Parts: sequence; C-alpha cells; structure tokens
Amino acid sequence: MPISITTPLTREKVRTLKSGDSCLITGVIYTARDAAHKRLCELVAQGKELPMDVKDSIIYFVGPTPARPGEAIGSAGPTTSYRMDAYSPTMIQQGQTGMIGKGKRSKEVVDAMKEHGAVYFGAIGGCGALLSNCIKKAEVIAYDDLGAEAIRRLEVVDFPVIVIIDSEGNNLYETGRAAYLEQQK
Amino acid sequence: MREISAQKVTEVVKKLCIRANCYLPEDVKKRIEDLHDAEPWPQAREILERIIENYQLAESGDRPICQDTGLACVFLKIGQDVHINGDLTEAINEGVRQGYTEGYLRKSVVRDPLDRVNTGDNTPAMIYYDIVPGDKLEITVAPKGAGSENMSQIKMLKPSDGVEGVKDFVLWAVENAGPNPCPPIVVGVGVGGTFDKAAYLAKKALTRDLNEHNPNPMWADLEKELLEKINASGIGPQGLGGKTTALSVNIEQFPAHIASLPVAVNINCHVARHEKEVI
Repeated sequence: MPISITTPLTREKVRTLKSGDSCLITGVIYTARDAAHKRLCELVAQGKELPMDVKDSIIYFVGPTPARPGEAIGSAGPTTSYRMDAYSPTMIQQGQTGMIGKGKRSKEVVDAMKEHGAVYFGAIGGCGALLSNCIKKAEVIAYDDLGAEAIRRLEVVDFPVIVIIDSEGNNLYETGRAAYLEQQK
Repeated sequence: MREISAQKVTEVVKKLCIRANCYLPEDVKKRIEDLHDAEPWPQAREILERIIENYQLAESGDRPICQDTGLACVFLKIGQDVHINGDLTEAINEGVRQGYTEGYLRKSVVRDPLDRVNTGDNTPAMIYYDIVPGDKLEITVAPKGAGSENMSQIKMLKPSDGVEGVKDFVLWAVENAGPNPCPPIVVGVGVGGTFDKAAYLAKKALTRDLNEHNPNPMWADLEKELLEKINASGIGPQGLGGKTTALSVNIEQFPAHIASLPVAVNINCHVARHEKEVI
C-alpha cells in the first residue's frame, strides 16, 4: 500500500520514509528547474527573502507544457535532477525537505539530505500526460519571465512517487538493480 | 522542376510537430508492449504499465506525451528536381513556431547557450538537409528531449580498438547514463565518418523504424548483441532494476579515414518520437 503524505513535509515525517517506499503526495508543492534554482540561491547568498516558504517544502523539478483552456496545467513529468545538484544543498539548508525528479544525485546532495533530513522522490520520467492528472491547480508565483521554468505553486492530489534516496542515504537505483540481478542468478 | 511552396512546407512541419509530440509511433508502442509482457521484475512491469497508460492518455486527449517537447530536429530529403518557392529554412522555422504555439507545446530553446534567454517559440529548429534524386520532399520531425540528449557521448577511437572498442564504448555510455535518460531507451549509434558525421549518423539512427535492422548482416548482428548486453545490465525501466533497459540499438555506419574510428552514441528516452511526411 502506498504511503499517503500531506504537505508540509516535516523532518519527523521524512525520517520515517525509506528508500523503495511508494508514496502519494497531497497538498502544495513548488516547481523549480535550473534557472529558478539559480535565482533562489542568489537570493540566499544575498540574505534576501525567497518568493515562497521553503521550510518543510517539496520542490518538483519540472517545466510543464502550457495549459490548454480549461485545464490546470499541461504535461508535467520530472526533469533530470543532477542539474539541480549545485543548488539543492543550499535549498535543503534553508529548510526544504523533499525533492521530486528523476536520475542520479551527487554526494554533496545526499550528504545535505542526511545532515538536515530530506528525501529524494522519483516520479516516472516521460509520463507527463499521466502525472498532470494529479495536479489540480497551478499558479505562477515567481519569475514569470522564465516561461516553463517559472516557479509555480501546485496543488496536487495523490501525486505518485517512489522514495529513491532516503534521509539515511539508501539509494534505490543501487539496491533495486542489485535485487533484480541477484534474483536472476 | 517541380514547384513546392514554402507555405506548404510550413503547414506540414506544423502538423508533424504537433502529431509527433502527442502520438507515439506504432513501432515504438508495439516494442514497449512486447517488452512489458516479457518483463519478469514486478516493479519494472508496473513502470512499463504506467508508460503505456501515459501514451494512451496522450493520444486520446491530444496531450504531449512528455513535458519536454524537445528541440525540433527536422530531417529533409530534398529531391534535386524540386524547387521551393520561398525561403525553405524560414518556412520550417515558421512551421515549428506555429506548431509549438498552437499545439500548446513547451518552448525549450534559448537564444544563446550562455545568456540563456528563451526564444519563446521553440525556434530555431535543428535542420539536416540531404539532397537526393527525384522530385519529392520528405520531411521527418523528431522532437528531441534533453534528458536523454545530455547523456549522449562521442569518442574518437583508434582503428586498433576495433569492434571490441566500439562495443565497450556503447556499453559504457549506457552504463554511465543509468537512470538519467528515462529508460527504457533507444540507443542510436554512429560509427565512422568524421567527428561530426558520426554524431549525425547516431541521431539519424534514432529516426529508424524499430522493426528495421541494419541492412548489413555484420552490423545487424552487432545491434542484436549490444541490445542483449544492455538488457542484461539490470538497469531496467527508470533505472530501478529490471530487464527492459533498451527498446532497440540502431547503428548507422560510414566509411572513415585510415587513421580514425569515430563512435557516437545518441540516446533517446522511451518517448522515441518521429513523424514523417512526403510532399
């Protein structure tokens, strides 16, 4: 049975999530990709206020297609996460507890996750049409000039993810593959 | 000389951009479904089920299969007895502009690789021109996402590295990519030519129908061997373990310099989009 997660995602809740857990996220999450992360980290460096409350937040690495009339959002699947590796440790220090993306993360990101208590979720890459069904509302809250890369506040219901890397650093990319290969022996 | 209007080119490119992004080709769907049926690992099967559900939803609702609607890679085969009335390149870019705007597709192009300001209309297209005999114009639009493009590799091997060197490099590229390019992937390989020719061949290989093999039996065998090795790696769908790591390995080869053995690996995700029309 998938684990239901309601935002905000507290550090206490993060500690209970284990690599391999299937989860359904409900509540508010924020979108940000490379360009938005760069600006957020510049604000942090300048000691300025961020455009959203980062404490206990989940950031979804996504740049959706434009919404058709009458729809909340267009296709909205995850982008490759390693491009955010330069920025995620700073965001985790600021209080972010969850990331949704796909693909490998750096040691620096995993170290920050372990130190502060954060979790890395994977959504299925290339399933943007399906995932957009779980996004009920989308509103640009910062950097409208970035188009698809603007920061959006999303309201999601039962958004499906898998815990790839947990707050202890266990990594499903390593253990999932190893388990499959072991079973093939 | 047969006359084709630039306006006609624009209309076709526009249509192909929208269609390619919302409808996965039949050969790709069939291969994903076959590999789903043959997948022994439960989580991998479940991921493949979601992937199938996703492209079915996309085609039933005219929605983009993936939010990364890509750079518009446009391959042209221009009959030498065709005359285009108007500016061909501009006609293609206008088709991309209209298709990506009217089709609610994502605009993913920046005007300069360092200043990174979005052009706002997904132009310019990446256009490959090929002059061929005849009086037809064949246009293939293959939207290319960056998640898999960024995992692509090229290397100038030595002739002494031989076929083993080619195999090692392709397998290394797939291993290095791991979960990042959204497996199951299509692996386009270009061998021979110059540095740039090998990369072009690798990209062109991605537009081949998955049911076709390299016409040369030696290269067809190499495609088969590499596919088996990749699918024994255990990377699996989305990199979470399983049998289905690649849908196909497509190799294109070309004569090379006596001193060179260039090898390029262009990776595509499972959203292996390409649409063709002949005018």
